[in-house]
Amino acid sequence: MPKNKLSDLWGTISRNQILIPVAALLLLAFFNLLADPTFFRIYLNQNANGDPVLSGNLISIIDSGSELAILALGMTLVTAASGGQDISVGAAIAISGSVLLRVLCGADSRSEEMQAPIIVAFLIACVVSMLFGAFNGALVAYFKIQPMVATLILFTAGRSIAAWINNNELPIVKDPSFGVFGNYIPGIPIPTPFLIAILCFVVTWAVMKFTTLGLYVQSVGINEKTSRLNGLNPELIKLMTYVLLGLCVAVAALIKVSRISTINYSVVAKDIEMDAILAVALGGNALSGGKFNMAASVLGAYVIQFLTTTLYKFEVNATALPAYKAVVVIILVVMSAPTVREKLTALTKKLRSSAAQNT
Amino acid sequence: MNIKKLFAVLSSTVLCGMMLAGCAGGAGGGTNPTNAPADPGTAETPAASVSDGLIKVGIINNDPNESGYRTANDKDLKAAFSKENGYDASFAYSLKNDEQITAAQKFIQDEVDYLLLSAADTAGWDGVLKDAQNAGVKVILFDRTIDADESLYEASIVSDMEKEGETAVNWLKDQNLDKYEVIHIQGVMGTAAQKGRSGALTEAAAADSDKWNIVAEQTAEWNAEKAQQIVQSVIDSGKTFNVIYAENDDMAKGAVAALDKANISHGVGKDVIVMGFDCNKWALEELLNQNWNYDGQCNPFQSEYIREVIDKLQKGEALDQKTIIMNEKGFDAKTITQEDVDNYGI
Amino acid sequence: MRDGAVLEMHGIYKTFPGVKALQNVDFTLRRSEIHALMGENGAGKSTLIKVLTGVHIKDGGDIFISGHDKPVQIHSPQEAQKLGISTVYQEISLCPNLSVAENIFLERSQGLFVNWKNVNRQAQELLDSLGIAVDATQQLGSCSIAVQQMVAIARAVDMDCSVLILDEPTSSLDESEVEKLFVLMRKLKKDGVGIIFVTHFLDQVYEVCDRITVLRDGQLVGEYEIESLPRVQLVSKMLGKELDDMADIKGETSDKPVRRGSPVYEGRGLCSSEGISPFDFKIYSGEVNGFTGLLGSGRSECVRTIFGADKVTGGDVMMDGQPVKITSPREAMKNGIAYLPEDRKRDGIVGDLSVKDNIILAMQVKQGFFKPISKAKAVEYANEYIRLLDIKTASVNTPIKSLSGGNQQKCILARWLLTHPKYLILDEPTRGIDVGTKVDIQKLVLKLASEGMSITFISSETDEMLRTCSRLLVMRDRKLVGELKGDQLTQTAVMNTIAGGEKNAKK
Repeated sequence: MPKNKLSDLWGTISRNQILIPVAALLLLAFFNLLADPTFFRIYLNQNANGDPVLSGNLISIIDSGSELAILALGMTLVTAASGGQDISVGAAIAISGSVLLRVLCGADSRSEEMQAPIIVAFLIACVVSMLFGAFNGALVAYFKIQPMVATLILFTAGRSIAAWINNNELPIVKDPSFGVFGNYIPGIPIPTPFLIAILCFVVTWAVMKFTTLGLYVQSVGINEKTSRLNGLNPELIKLMTYVLLGLCVAVAALIKVSRISTINYSVVAKDIEMDAILAVALGGNALSGGKFNMAASVLGAYVIQFLTTTLYKFEVNATALPAYKAVVVIILVVMSAPTVREKLTALTKKLRSSAAQNT
Repeated sequence: MNIKKLFAVLSSTVLCGMMLAGCAGGAGGGTNPTNAPADPGTAETPAASVSDGLIKVGIINNDPNESGYRTANDKDLKAAFSKENGYDASFAYSLKNDEQITAAQKFIQDEVDYLLLSAADTAGWDGVLKDAQNAGVKVILFDRTIDADESLYEASIVSDMEKEGETAVNWLKDQNLDKYEVIHIQGVMGTAAQKGRSGALTEAAAADSDKWNIVAEQTAEWNAEKAQQIVQSVIDSGKTFNVIYAENDDMAKGAVAALDKANISHGVGKDVIVMGFDCNKWALEELLNQNWNYDGQCNPFQSEYIREVIDKLQKGEALDQKTIIMNEKGFDAKTITQEDVDNYGI
Repeated sequence: MRDGAVLEMHGIYKTFPGVKALQNVDFTLRRSEIHALMGENGAGKSTLIKVLTGVHIKDGGDIFISGHDKPVQIHSPQEAQKLGISTVYQEISLCPNLSVAENIFLERSQGLFVNWKNVNRQAQELLDSLGIAVDATQQLGSCSIAVQQMVAIARAVDMDCSVLILDEPTSSLDESEVEKLFVLMRKLKKDGVGIIFVTHFLDQVYEVCDRITVLRDGQLVGEYEIESLPRVQLVSKMLGKELDDMADIKGETSDKPVRRGSPVYEGRGLCSSEGISPFDFKIYSGEVNGFTGLLGSGRSECVRTIFGADKVTGGDVMMDGQPVKITSPREAMKNGIAYLPEDRKRDGIVGDLSVKDNIILAMQVKQGFFKPISKAKAVEYANEYIRLLDIKTASVNTPIKSLSGGNQQKCILARWLLTHPKYLILDEPTRGIDVGTKVDIQKLVLKLASEGMSITFISSETDEMLRTCSRLLVMRDRKLVGELKGDQLTQTAVMNTIAGGEKNAKK
């Protein structure tokens, strides 16, 4: 009887798509445990300002992976509703970050004091970012352009726009209070980016709980015609997902520029769009849209960061780094492909039944 | 339906093009309008001479939005080849070779006297340069070399990335540390800057392996946050180090952010020596504040070299050599002055 | 194997999580026969077909094919194909943008290079030999559904099949098209092919089949010669209870609703972008009426206009005597109108979502973005309607796409009933579902009407409409051409109106 329950439980878990990122995470953790257990050491010390901070590889992972996790939230929605991906998020971060710094620094890119409160700058960056999201969303929803093609426009032009916002200068915020979003709040030893990410997850959870966003987005992603006949406005819902992704971009941009109090529009968040899409795929979500699992995407994002940190830790040769990453990614993505999952479920079932026959 | 889509794509492209145009226009930043009418201060210059006495140059450069270096480079050229200085300059920007070649052909048709070229790609220039030669247009390469016969151009003004690396490593050797434990943060692998700046360090470490130890060597792809993660990873694994050799300023900044987080002191007389490249103004200020130790220049100010070449050619003098390597400095935090920051910061 | 048999299945078992789909089922198909496979939704017909075609792998039992002395193992549709088993599914799985010839030879192109002239010629020969009147170079999408269906059959036949499975081939065909299909089937039968015919139309079974195998709840009920099994008995075997066929429905129809007050819905001069002539329409509380006409006569377009599903280009609407504007489904829903669309798969279900989410969808949209229905409440609603409509599903969380067609239809019906509409439009609710469910739905329609709901009911089967509707609106060539009520509601009158005045003499 207890064995039956256990196998039932196993059945539920193995059908759940969150299994994939969890398995990947465990796999990476197991590998690190074997290779070097000190990987997991966390210690408390002080930073240059004398504030307590936690450090260690695990802390680095939750710290550095946060922007990606936040982007994964929006990317999951966009993927689910429109059956395609936004490849302009990296460029959009450059724009949003540039706007943020432009407002903070005013006309003088090297001003000693901030010219506007951070919250004002952030809100303006949010608005700009959401407008660009709406631009992408409108192309996809109303003009029915393939999401990748539609967002290719901003992908190409975005960093030039970012450069133009600051007259090709690299503004620097000297006020240390701006740095807290990318580093530590004095007295709190947990990295702020992770706290911001947690806040985003909570907000997302609340939105999912207290609105019907999840149902609407999935419904539109699976069957647009049916959704329309049930009173939904598929175009508006698709547009909305792109605007929400814009909001995620603004938050990620805040963290990115706060980390080093400046921005280099040509390299900031480079290739992050691919990682964000990968996070969605690793979460076992179909890139063709439809059903989604937000938590799985977020875990997927941290898996990617876990992988990056692991590769840094083992000092993989710089030229070979992308190749290693690619190999691991291929394995993970193949594992998370629905067909492979079905095969695996069938296999475990077979093994279990044959085991049952033997006993 | 299809027409609708096509229209949408076209209109977006146009919009996007307009945005880009906006950027290019903004790039000059109003500081040095090139073809703008002379301002009242220099209005005494007789209008007639404007068309006659000017040397006509066509300048083909990479997109100034590419990097801070390129922005400084473009500004410098625009300032130097102004009407007040006796030039009638036209500019073309592209990161693509074929577009640059088209621009070159147009300049040749416009009968410019000099064609200044910073090529996107090394290959594919023979044909158009021959056309230039036949049309009597003199070609001067700057910043980047190309794979073409030397006879096709008058001069090539370049940075020597190997030398930049050497200067930096020699400076490091002069610090006379007992032991060099270096974190080496590389740029995008395979780029000229990365190869040149990595070369000297690798050589030095191999030559004296008792004293020199590369603790970590990883590419951060010119990216500050990646550099931060790399240094963080070294700190997390508990290794000791006393030098950060970052191949550009951004990556040095990212590395320093990781040091600050772990409360590791850096700068003049501190635990860790921080080295960067490119001489961004903000980076030189870090030197001035003693937070960093060294910054190597990658000189974007090529205009004076080019003008020297043009002057000589105008006078009919022969050039001493075809390839002109620019002077590039290395700044030490101990000796840097505010004047240096103002003059050499980009 | 028995003499003359081309296919024998013995003791087939198949289990899905939570459902025993097939238990110890036997099935025999002879050469040169048309064999009906009958049963309610979820009886196991589809599963048996899928086991036979290699879509599902059987858990137990043996399959014999003539010409093979050992039991065969079928692991994939390709393997089934090689064994001479070809299938034409309910939903045509051809490529509408390719030509007829290309579709026929699609899977069998030898090598990289194709001699299109040859292919076209061969295809034309094949089509001609089967008596299918179509040009092989024509684009498939431009052919009628019936021709597409027949092209699919031609393609299956061309692969040298000895067993041809037709899964609901007639559900989207009108009568004359069905007749053409039957001619083709009889011709194939004469050529020695064994045909398995899955359908819900009893008439058609008795018209064309030789023998019947009945399944119920995954088990074999029996195999019968067609002459020895009267219609009423067949139905009772499928349902597992003695049923006086449609008798009790007729009883209920007798108390026709009374019209009083202003109409629940009244439209004047309605027209839409789909090109129907402007029409007037009204319905009173408790009334059941319907649109009838041939396929493509515009009956679906009429109700789509009423619901705002197509772009409404004109007309005035009053509900309960008040003028309202209805140009989108959302506005229609706000005014208490519900619409069960004709094409269940394309417009009805949200395939990957659970039964529960499909049921609550419309109500949720009506309730609004910021008022989500709680999980507990949703499960409660879903269970209520699963019980009420007898929906067969493993759980409320099962994806709707894994349910049988009739049960999917019931879920969509549940979705709209949950919104408590004043006016319910049902476009072909009984298409492609089994006879038991058809009866259930018709009964439900009358019950709802007796409770005061107004219902518009559309069906290809005139019988059903005559049984349920008190008023019929007849469509011809996208025009409303007549209205029948009371004593006029006879098969002949309907036919005459559909056919038009000049053909009155006929039939």
